[in-house]
Amino acid sequence: MQHENGGIAGIDIGSRSIELVVMGDEGPVHQVKAPTTFDPLAQCRKLMREVRVGRIVATGYGRKLFAETAAGEMDVKAITEIQAYALGARYLYPEARTVLDIGGQDTKVIALAEGGKVGKFEMNDRCAAGTGKFLEFMATALQVPLEAFGNFAMEADRRIQINSMCTVFAESEATSLMARGERPENIAMGLHLAIVQRTLAMLRRVGLETPLVFAGGVAHNACVRTILQEQFDEPLLIPENPDMVGALGAALHGMLLASRE
Amino acid sequence: MSSYDAMWEKLNLDLDAHSGLLQVLGKFYGDIYLSQSGRLQGMEYLDFVLSEVHGLRIKELQDAKEAGRKIVGAFCVFAPEEITLAAGAVQVGLCAGAEAGKDAAEKVLPRNTCALIKSFVGFKLARLCPYLESCDMVIGETTCDGKKKAYEIFEEYAPVYVMEIPQMKRACDRDLWMTEMLRYKDKMEELSGKAITAESLRDAIKLVNDRRRALQRLNSLRAASPVPISGRDVLLINQVSFYDDPVRFTASINKLCDEIEDRVKAGEGVAPKDAPRLLLSGCPMAVPNWKLPYVIESSGAVIVGEESCIGARNTRDLVDEGGKTMDEFMNALADRYMRIDCACFTPNTERLGNIASMAKDLKADGVIHYGLSFCQPYAIEAYKVERAMKDAGVPMLSIETDYSMEDVEQLKTRVEAFVEMLR
Ligand code: SF4
Ligand code: SF4
Repeated sequence: MQHENGGIAGIDIGSRSIELVVMGDEGPVHQVKAPTTFDPLAQCRKLMREVRVGRIVATGYGRKLFAETAAGEMDVKAITEIQAYALGARYLYPEARTVLDIGGQDTKVIALAEGGKVGKFEMNDRCAAGTGKFLEFMATALQVPLEAFGNFAMEADRRIQINSMCTVFAESEATSLMARGERPENIAMGLHLAIVQRTLAMLRRVGLETPLVFAGGVAHNACVRTILQEQFDEPLLIPENPDMVGALGAALHGMLLASRE
Repeated sequence: MSSYDAMWEKLNLDLDAHSGLLQVLGKFYGDIYLSQSGRLQGMEYLDFVLSEVHGLRIKELQDAKEAGRKIVGAFCVFAPEEITLAAGAVQVGLCAGAEAGKDAAEKVLPRNTCALIKSFVGFKLARLCPYLESCDMVIGETTCDGKKKAYEIFEEYAPVYVMEIPQMKRACDRDLWMTEMLRYKDKMEELSGKAITAESLRDAIKLVNDRRRALQRLNSLRAASPVPISGRDVLLINQVSFYDDPVRFTASINKLCDEIEDRVKAGEGVAPKDAPRLLLSGCPMAVPNWKLPYVIESSGAVIVGEESCIGARNTRDLVDEGGKTMDEFMNALADRYMRIDCACFTPNTERLGNIASMAKDLKADGVIHYGLSFCQPYAIEAYKVERAMKDAGVPMLSIETDYSMEDVEQLKTRVEAFVEMLR
């Protein structure tokens, strides 16, 4: 499906990265990603330069800003990440009942109602405990590159418990464990376990039903994937590009709008 | 220099801090209220009252004091205004909805105290509120633990008189409340030097009922589709009802309602017909706590009702006017006040039914439950409200927040997602 001036796209402007998906008749034809940086709009423009887009739907925390600035150039709408992730996950996995998205700054849990509509949702409150930011902060504290942090934690030889979920307190807990001679891998594992614990509590609050889709940037993390999977008999549904689900959902919303015209 | 500086100085306000507060208030008001389109003409009165909130109305209170009337402040809709008025005194609501004064408050209160309590204590310690400074007496009450204990500290700075509010609604609880009202009646007679008579009480009951009736009328007009007035405006009206002169206020609201009736007849409204209609339920929102209504109404939804003390909880029930004797009037008052469905009561099942019927009458598509952070009564009750709404088939979103602006972006996302869900 084409808009008269070009393709239909979705863009997800998150706190850490920006994703762009352009749709073709058979599904996404173009998927790119860039870091958010301090100038998200310039990054968006850079991503948009490679494609010809006539209609775009923005999501993520920068959605409003993007919609305001792009309004003159193309048909632009904004939807929340909640709706975008619900749409994207449902498209990839029509059987999905619950969606978990752990992103850079927030964690969202969405229960899908009949027909794939959002039935209920939960978001973490204002602090970054249990989000990608928490992992990022802790990886830095343990001097491990973020991308390698999950695999690093998988090297643990025992599971220890980190009691604090607050980024600041967890760091001091990690430091004192280190001082007591605990292996950094074990501490990393403890931190991952803490995230999963918190996520499970959120999942239970929306009345967790499976199949569960695990999306968002943190779904790349091997350790979170593994220990979350341990909680379920059924396999988790993890998209190939877990951080693209929001942009995909936004693009799907654009398709829906186009089909209504 | 403002023409009221001399008056404020006499009231011992901290002039610099106070002018800072007025500036914030003015900016908020401009952004949140004056920016609305399609506003009713009758809102001009409210705009005026708000622009003079620390000016003209305070001047009126000083004039009343000079004429020998006492000023009584209250923090809860349990404070029986009829008795205050029957003694020839003026009652004003002191609930505070601004963050100014928080630092001062945190010197004497734990940080994890609800914003409303921190705000009124902070206003006193930082000398920011001309209403508080005008009061000859302030009524405290034993509702939630936070307030109850805070009054013990507040008492060192202001003339507090505490009323015991029952926690349950059995016959013996009503007896306790009756005793408390009689005690308050004596207290008011002593303070004002005036005897309360059956006639003066009857007139006061009528006066306060008239105000409630005007607000009931306003609220019922919101059942129309499209909605004729924004939720922000109605919240403001409810807020102003706590400190404006009751006679003048009631007349203005009735006039506003006439205008709204015309609007409804013409099929006009402030939001499109298909805008999701939301009912707000929970903790009170005091001036200038307009954050959540603003977020809600900026995301394409419209608020059609407030199930809260600065809203329907304060106006739903009238006092029976049929009596003749003092005894009959006091009993009518006791009956009416015992119907208040505050979360401080246990059990508080009436509230669940009241929310469901409000949602039905106002044709609400969803309910947003609003709790102030650290308010246990409402936070815990939210669970039951959610279940009741599920049974009634009305989706609900539960929000917990305070007066600070740091979570506005997150609130927007949550509220917008809820609105998307209802569309
Ligand atoms: S919520 Fe309860 S304590 Fe607060 S003003 Fe209302 S009745 Fe009083
Ligand atoms: S909002 Fe809750 S905690 Fe705060 S004063 Fe009212 S009842 Fe107490």
